[in-house]
Amino acid sequence: MSKKDLSVEYSTILIFALAILTMPIWLSPIGAGYPDLLQKFVIYGIFAVGFNILFGLTGYLSFGHAAFLGIGSYATVWSFKLLGMNVIPAVIFSIILAGSFAALIGYITLRRSGIYFSILTLAFAQMCYNLAYSVLTPITNGETGLRVLKTDPRIFDHLFGRGQVDGPLLTDLFGIHMTGYPGFYFCAILLIITYYIAMRIKRSPFGMMLKAIKSNQTRMNYTGFNTRPYLQTAFIISGMYAGLAGSLLAITDPLAGAERMQWTASGEVVLMTILGGVGTSLGPVLGAGLIKYFENIFSSYNDNTLHAALSFMPDWLNDVLTIIISPFVGSGWHLTLGALFMIIIIFLPGGIMEGMGRIIQIFKPNKPGGSTKTASQG
Amino acid sequence: MDAILLQVLNGLDKGGAYALIALGLTLIFGTLGIVNFAHGALFMIGAFCAVSFNKLLTFSIKVKDESITFFDAYKEVPYLEVWWGDTGKAIIDYSVPLSILIAIPVMLLVGIIMERGLIRHFYKRTHADQILVTFGLAIVLQEIIKHFFGANPIPQSAPEIVAGSAAIGTWLGLSDNLVYPWWRLIYLGFSLSVIAAVFAFLQLTTFGMVVRAGMHDRETVGLLGINIERRFTIVFGLAAVVSGLAGVMYTPILPPDYHIGMEFLVLSFVVVVVGGMGSLGGAVSAGFLLGILQSFASMNEIKSLIPGIDQIIIYLVAVVILLVRPRGLMGRKGVME
Repeated sequence: MSKKDLSVEYSTILIFALAILTMPIWLSPIGAGYPDLLQKFVIYGIFAVGFNILFGLTGYLSFGHAAFLGIGSYATVWSFKLLGMNVIPAVIFSIILAGSFAALIGYITLRRSGIYFSILTLAFAQMCYNLAYSVLTPITNGETGLRVLKTDPRIFDHLFGRGQVDGPLLTDLFGIHMTGYPGFYFCAILLIITYYIAMRIKRSPFGMMLKAIKSNQTRMNYTGFNTRPYLQTAFIISGMYAGLAGSLLAITDPLAGAERMQWTASGEVVLMTILGGVGTSLGPVLGAGLIKYFENIFSSYNDNTLHAALSFMPDWLNDVLTIIISPFVGSGWHLTLGALFMIIIIFLPGGIMEGMGRIIQIFKPNKPGGSTKTASQG
Repeated sequence: MDAILLQVLNGLDKGGAYALIALGLTLIFGTLGIVNFAHGALFMIGAFCAVSFNKLLTFSIKVKDESITFFDAYKEVPYLEVWWGDTGKAIIDYSVPLSILIAIPVMLLVGIIMERGLIRHFYKRTHADQILVTFGLAIVLQEIIKHFFGANPIPQSAPEIVAGSAAIGTWLGLSDNLVYPWWRLIYLGFSLSVIAAVFAFLQLTTFGMVVRAGMHDRETVGLLGINIERRFTIVFGLAAVVSGLAGVMYTPILPPDYHIGMEFLVLSFVVVVVGGMGSLGGAVSAGFLLGILQSFASMNEIKSLIPGIDQIIIYLVAVVILLVRPRGLMGRKGVME
């Protein structure tokens, strides 16, 4: 890598880090400047970045990534229960566990490609979900969800004389409670680190291999190249990202439930990645933020608030609009999600990044030839 | 012996539903080359055809209750009963089988609109795009149903005459304890006859012959001057009808709610993969096979041996099949391997 590339890379990550860390400031005008939502942006950003390493680079569409998210959450809560409320062992434990599950599942599913791979991963995720709901209830606590209790061993907490806690049990990083803004900054720093790693992976020879697999795997095989280890590694890495995201979800809110593993959750991360732009570095983070933002905004509306929000319009128009829009907000948020999904795939398969690329193309003076490269390929 | 026979029967009716959905999926995949994640939604729409037909029939009016004389009491009486008396009552009683008549044109229309409006534009896109757009469509359809019918399951009842159980044990000379609900038997018979009808349609008619030829080699059929696209559209409609009917008749067995389709879809995909992508016979036989396997796995004896096996057996079988025999049980060589 030349010196210029390196400096571009550093400045990119610097700008990215600045943007993420100042999110509480520049997102507050649009009503998203509170820690709970910001944490979600960042955590699902990590999830989507990890998913993009698999789907974006290799083109293998996994429909079962939510399983790793769930595994990460369960592992974290168990670490809290057994070891204590410190987040460091919890995060490490989750990443390792999710990674080993990914190794196992990847070993089996990666024998097939295309739709078979999608269906196999879907089958595995459903299997995990069903097991978590039924037989594994001693481990996962079934429908109620797993949470930390005061009676749990928490070895290290007791060892350091912090076993007795008045009030609720809070996760902490050496005394700093991981709720509110400290929690957000913890997740944000992890997002920046993981984003940097993903960027490096994409530019490394390993990333080039993955992209080559995407564009023509048969040719790779014919040149005497074994693609399996590369795919396997990519699968494990993205599984670890999902595990980390699941772990952070449990850290900011120490409750793990099986519904996190349902296949609609897997579908959601696919949508985030596609909405932002498959294969781009920034796209998945953007997509995750947008989806979570809209989810939050849309699901908070009901008929009355909608009516109030549109009160600046004439009465008849207000009524008509309320009737039209109301199925899409509140509990109907999934309808909006599904419609968005379709619209994006039909009209803008490259996601927002491609859209921005197109807009930039319009305003750019036409260069003679060779200017067809859009953001989605870059 | 009784227990085994009972489990086989238990598996057959669920297997019938799997087989019907998987048949539609395979038809669509074989003809149009589309991986349709919205197929479960078609099953659900079928089920809600039955629900809304029933709602339509039981549209009621408040009538003074004559049996209570102390005060003015009112009860709801369906218009049909007011107009036609006992005939109306009978029609309401038979609402589920009668709604087949409504479901066929509705599903055909839904299927054709879906194909012409959306799926058509995705023939040349990647499988990933097809999966994603139909997945989005499935979410949209299911949320629309949820908006109109609510999130709770809506129970439907089978006609009074078949409400009880059939004494299968007595017929076969086994124990008298072996009984089986009539409606499930009817469902099994119904699914078998629908499957037979589809196969007959494909094997015995000229239209079916052209479709089969198109599945085999689309280009050549096109070169012979046959408008294969239009026929494939009708095939899509047919597949929609098949899974819609599966949904209609399943309502008395399992009260439909808005995500019933998703549950069946995932399993039906597994069925298609196990049977062999593009093989109609494979889809049907794998449907019944997995249904029976699932019902055996939910026996108490087996559950105590391997806990949780009933939840995962189908997925487990699919994984093993895909690893040992990647093209599925009856898949032909070279078709989507």
